[in-house]
Amino acid sequence: MRYILNHMVQYYQTRFDASFAALSDATRRGVLEQLGRADASITELADKFHMTLTGMKKHVGVLEQAGLVTTEKVGRVRTCRLGQRRLEEEAAWIERYRQLWASRFDELDKVVEELKRKEKIDGHKKRSERTP
Amino acid sequence: MKNETRVDRKSERELVVTRTFNGPARIVFKAWTTPELFKQWWLPKSFGISLISYEADFRTGGTYRLVMAHPSSGQPMAFFGRYLDVTPHSRLVWTNEESGDNGAVTTVTFEDKGAATLVTIHELYPSKEALDEAMTSGATSGWDEQFRQLEEMLGTLGENGERA
Repeated sequence: MRYILNHMVQYYQTRFDASFAALSDATRRGVLEQLGRADASITELADKFHMTLTGMKKHVGVLEQAGLVTTEKVGRVRTCRLGQRRLEEEAAWIERYRQLWASRFDELDKVVEELKRKEKIDGHKKRSERTP
Repeated sequence: MKNETRVDRKSERELVVTRTFNGPARIVFKAWTTPELFKQWWLPKSFGISLISYEADFRTGGTYRLVMAHPSSGQPMAFFGRYLDVTPHSRLVWTNEESGDNGAVTTVTFEDKGAATLVTIHELYPSKEALDEAMTSGATSGWDEQFRQLEEMLGTLGENGERA
């Protein structure tokens, strides 16, 4: 199973592309580095990187979409931290596992249809043999 | 319309997959336990994996061996185990021995629901750690590799002190 999942490239390719896009920017890489040391509010990050609040919000938004960062608003402060990789991995794994079985079962549907069709034909044949 | 495939982590050690098929259990069971038919669906083309060989002795106590290969992996991979129970049209239980002691025991049940069949695949891992491991290490090696790359990238950036 693991072997098959390893080769179901498509799904994580999409995620990887998002991660890659998120990391193509030096500020965003810096933000991740910073959050690796400690959680920080958007205001703190904006200060640290000498940016406007709006600019930093955008960067954090991109990182959030790529699943690399999560944010939580408490009162008026939005705190950013590194994404919960473990939980995400589990969810991603289950989804890939589901896709694996779903594609398999779509093929099995075809086999089942074919067997049903054959049985029907054979059934007709048998009946017509009995009643010439 | 295609029927829905569901997957749930039922407990720390269990994964359950369910799917309904529009045909009697007798037919679904046949498609599962006839090697020529099994080969037609177990590895859909979209996986890009080819089946090199498949032998299965569908009897309680019988063994199976499946060998597959993917162009990007150097070596073919073998999957093997033993059938702990084969009850025609209703139940299949097999071991997955390629991962040593961490392999799950897979139970598939086929339940007649009128003209349809509910198939339930239940995978029981020997421990929470074994299932966690299956889900995080090799199974998500794609992710791991990518995260490693990202970490390396970040690590390099840190060392270079590119950013304050």
